[in-house]
Amino acid sequence: MRNLRRRGVVALGLAGLLVGTAACGGGDDGDTGEAASEDGGTFVFGTSTDPVSMDGAYVSDGESLRVVRQLFETLVTTEAGGTEIVPGLAESWEPDEAGTSWTFQLRDGVTFHDGTDFNAEAVCFNFDRWYNFEGVQQSPSVSYYYNTVFTGFANNEDPEQGVGLYESCEATDEGTAVINLTTPSASFLPGLALASFSIASPTALEEFGADDVTGTGEEPRFEGTFGTQNPVGTGPYQLEAFEPNNRLVMTRFEDYWGEPANIETLIFRPIADGPARRQALEAGEIQGYDLVDPADFGPLESAGFQLLERPPFNVGYLGMNTAQPPLDNPQIRQAVAHAINRQAAVDALYPEGAEVATQFMPPSLFGYADDVPTYEYDVARARELIAESGVTNPTINFWYPTNVSRPYMPNPEANFQAFQADLEAAGFTVNPTSAPWNPDYLDAVQTGQAGLYLLGWTGDFGDPDNFIGTFFRTSQQAWGPLDPAIYEQLEAARIETDEDARTALYEEANRSIMEFLPGLPYVHTAPRLAFAEGVSGYEPSPVSIEEFAKISLD
Amino acid sequence: MLKFVVRRVLLLVPILLGLSILVFLFVRALPGGPETALLGENATPERVAQVREAYGLDRPVHEQYFQYMERTVQLDFGTSIQSRRPVTEEIRNRFPATVELAATAMLFAVAVGIPLGFVAARRYGSWVDHLSTAGSLLGIAIPVFVLAFLLKYVFAIKLGWLPTQGREDPRVFTDHPTGFYVLDGLITGNPSAAWDAVKHLILPAAALGTIPLAFLTRITRAAVLEVGNEDYVRTAEAKGMTRPVVTRRHILRNAMLPIATVIGLQTGLLLSGAVLTETVFAFGGIGSFMAQAVFTRDFPVIQGGILFLAVVFVLVNLVVDISYGVLDPRVRTR
Repeated sequence: MRNLRRRGVVALGLAGLLVGTAACGGGDDGDTGEAASEDGGTFVFGTSTDPVSMDGAYVSDGESLRVVRQLFETLVTTEAGGTEIVPGLAESWEPDEAGTSWTFQLRDGVTFHDGTDFNAEAVCFNFDRWYNFEGVQQSPSVSYYYNTVFTGFANNEDPEQGVGLYESCEATDEGTAVINLTTPSASFLPGLALASFSIASPTALEEFGADDVTGTGEEPRFEGTFGTQNPVGTGPYQLEAFEPNNRLVMTRFEDYWGEPANIETLIFRPIADGPARRQALEAGEIQGYDLVDPADFGPLESAGFQLLERPPFNVGYLGMNTAQPPLDNPQIRQAVAHAINRQAAVDALYPEGAEVATQFMPPSLFGYADDVPTYEYDVARARELIAESGVTNPTINFWYPTNVSRPYMPNPEANFQAFQADLEAAGFTVNPTSAPWNPDYLDAVQTGQAGLYLLGWTGDFGDPDNFIGTFFRTSQQAWGPLDPAIYEQLEAARIETDEDARTALYEEANRSIMEFLPGLPYVHTAPRLAFAEGVSGYEPSPVSIEEFAKISLD
Repeated sequence: MLKFVVRRVLLLVPILLGLSILVFLFVRALPGGPETALLGENATPERVAQVREAYGLDRPVHEQYFQYMERTVQLDFGTSIQSRRPVTEEIRNRFPATVELAATAMLFAVAVGIPLGFVAARRYGSWVDHLSTAGSLLGIAIPVFVLAFLLKYVFAIKLGWLPTQGREDPRVFTDHPTGFYVLDGLITGNPSAAWDAVKHLILPAAALGTIPLAFLTRITRAAVLEVGNEDYVRTAEAKGMTRPVVTRRHILRNAMLPIATVIGLQTGLLLSGAVLTETVFAFGGIGSFMAQAVFTRDFPVIQGGILFLAVVFVLVNLVVDISYGVLDPRVRTR
């Protein structure tokens, strides 16, 4: 018994010693934010997961693109915090008369991380590389953005896929690259700002087997190490180390052509659990993270952290199938618009920063029209319109999804209930149907079974065609037949190469769309990032083109 | 003994076969597939069809199953749909974290639970006994993630003594030859890295180890009570054997059988899960990885991961069964 007691005391003593040293250790090992800035140049950002690959051509998810954005650059990019296209690796560009040949004047004195020169040859090498993707590389799950912007390859695996937009690239001299398209297009230029069109070092692409993709569509094997260990670009940061599931470390590229990054070492630490990210920020283990849970806005702000808002780049809407009675009747559609109290829904069901939408694209995008018809909340007017329409007992098949939460629609059922109440108050009969988001709900919407439905869209890149073009440029069952003028306007805008003329065309299209009212947009939401107190210089962008190189710590 | 081991290992085959069928079917019975996680609302019927075709999900179920089994016997678990890395690589990257965490948690549970249970039994009816009983009940009753949050909140956030997440400070640069961070720190002659890894283990291991601790305390107490009342113990005491000798030679050794069972079962459970603790502490082990795979319907990861964990569980229990032979000579002769 004495032995055990002694053992117990010793154990207790050891435990106490352990905790005690942990306490001392915790204080001086630089766990706090202040210690990081004293280090003079390390910044730790909490991401939600590791990048899938650092080869921009192969990725479309936010976390991969975030990393690619720091290591690589594109020919053009967006202005900080907005969507206007500004010079990147190209200083200027000019389309020809036909709009099919674009000449890019490239920046001088730019080198890749491996010391090789950036020039027109390198640009054409990259474009031709994507155009010549084969097999698995062509799958939309692999090269999503190339498929979205250019739509076709040199040798299409899929016979359904038509001729792509890209024809060829010529390096007329070291500093001039000409990109030839098969048809006129202006929407491809904002697409080039996507990180998926980053210009990589041709030497590295070849040396590290960037195109060594074996296997089949279901079992792609990326044999090369370009995307996992050797992502050589021109960006202000270069890859130091990538340890999956632990961290990704980047260091400042000293030969960067522009202003060098302030922070010398940039570390991305993946933390999958949202609350765990917040706690890591509170404990000083990270200095920032993205996609803050709205419930945390208040507490974080009162604790002294900075909450930066990303300008909205999505839209939540009530879609209407104009082929399905009574929604084929324009007055009925207008009645629906007047019956819905959008402001109340946004106030009650959405976090701070959400705004009521007046059209099918966000205000940060050029082509946004300030003078579209707006359909104020007016139940009496709704009733009037129903009476005028000649439809008695208007019944609407209102579909909503279950098992899903989207940024523009965190709780679809709550939205449904609010809108159903509004519609019934105006005299509509609502016939509700719910279905699991995937595949049933989306199927039903896309095949025109739904009459009125809840849906939305987050933009891929900063071009109006990506919003209203995606919805309305071609005839789709989800919307039913539209006013033919809308199709024409959107097609004309897609290929108009003069920027001002293009903007005017999209503004006109937005007016036409909101007049015809194929649906009722109701919300744009604004995600937020959280940063520790001394962090400055980070500029949130609606299209998530955000550079850590501009950050500094006080 | 050898026959015993071989027989148990061979039993693995039908177990895994049955398990593979069950997992394969269950996972496909879940609504939706990997295309949801990959496509979001880009999920036009054409895109969905493309993704499903790319991953062979449009083929008849039995065809998919045979292809899956064909690969599995070659130890090829396929490629993760989310990360596009081989499943075996993903498991290999994450399993050491779970092993380290489970081992530390069990160490904690054994080091505290057995002595505590023993003392409680020997001082039957005293305040120590009552306290340990109440404590174990509390330990079993508290959901592990509540405990994890509490520990994190008090020790990491409010007091700042310990880190809130991860296996090491992201600013610490050290090699990881084995994947067991504490060991790696020691091997590479970097004691501060080893200490950093230990600090990151303390809270998750404490949270995770509470349940085995509670079970072990109770089982030890019960076993020691039972053995302590046996005739041979009274005989030994009557013969004049000192307490420590009686304890060591008779009581503990005989009580170890049920204790070993609990240790084995709990270790198996810890290795195959720890989902909640790993998630709260962002520990990067296999439990949280599997949970994520279910959310994203990453079929290859779910299938391969579950089979792997099943093997681990069975092997751990095999080790426990073998240990019976060591602890109880009577088992060997059968």
